[in-house]
Amino acid sequence: MSIEVNGEAREGIATITDAVAAVTSARRGIAVALNGEVVPRSEWDRPLADGDAVEVLTATQGG
Amino acid sequence: MEQRITSDADLKIADKTFTSRLILGTGGAANHAQLAEAITASGTELVTVALRRVDPAASGSILDVIERCGVELLPNTAGCFTAEQAVRTAKLAREAFGTNWIKLEVIGDEDTLLPDPVELLDAAETLVADGFTVLPYTSDDPVLARRLEDAGCAAVMPLAAPIGTGLGVRNPHNLALICEHADVPVICDAGIGTASDAALAMELGCSAVLLATAVTRAADPALMAAAMRDAVNAGRAARLAGRIPKRHLANASSSFEGMADL
Repeated sequence: MSIEVNGEAREGIATITDAVAAVTSARRGIAVALNGEVVPRSEWDRPLADGDAVEVLTATQGG
Repeated sequence: MEQRITSDADLKIADKTFTSRLILGTGGAANHAQLAEAITASGTELVTVALRRVDPAASGSILDVIERCGVELLPNTAGCFTAEQAVRTAKLAREAFGTNWIKLEVIGDEDTLLPDPVELLDAAETLVADGFTVLPYTSDDPVLARRLEDAGCAAVMPLAAPIGTGLGVRNPHNLALICEHADVPVICDAGIGTASDAALAMELGCSAVLLATAVTRAADPALMAAAMRDAVNAGRAARLAGRIPKRHLANASSSFEGMADL
């Protein structure tokens, strides 16, 4: 099953929690979008499907 | 109608009050240490951040800087070109940072970074209905400012000039008009280049100034941050004090009465 995490195809990702762990160890200040829709942290254990695109976002410098 | 401010008070936006009338954008700082110095020197209580993909190579988080400085965070929707993108970004920011405050930016094109007024108003209406405290970055159009206020925005944030240009207040008349008619705080956002620009925005009646590049890309960011702090305070005081009317001809401050016959 191939899941895209922040634009990069990855294997071995079953849940959003896995996707987050693949790119960061931080938990504070992180938000996740699955195929463009916000996924609340309480639903991060929901299983992903082949071809899902996950965005893992955080704060960065910006005006 | 000239609005006279007769007594000063803390800046109140929605349910929060601020002693400082300077809001600092964090974009453009060379590193976190320099940014922390600038935040401290500016005296600000509110700083903006953008929402981007996590960078696995990043060292340290800007969230730590903000926490250490003891200031509040205002996420933005920078980089969004449509209302749909901006609304999604605002919802992600709410999830990430646990705040329903959002600096709403919806940009019309990459060259000017000017707001897209149609998308902006659309996004503002959607976000207000969803319970967000919306602070929209807008053009210096008094009609659009009124429409945003009518839509329930907690403040309106007209630009002085396009983002990052440092051109200062390009249309002081429009900015003054917006200030005269708004019942929510008017925060001059973007285009400030130096301290006198920030002072002018406050003299025109703005409740606060939001700036980033002018400080973060100055040769000495902390020194410019302190200059901006003083400029905002001076501009505010001058506004409260009530400036003299402008005249065409001189008006002697020393009386001619009692002049010696020399």
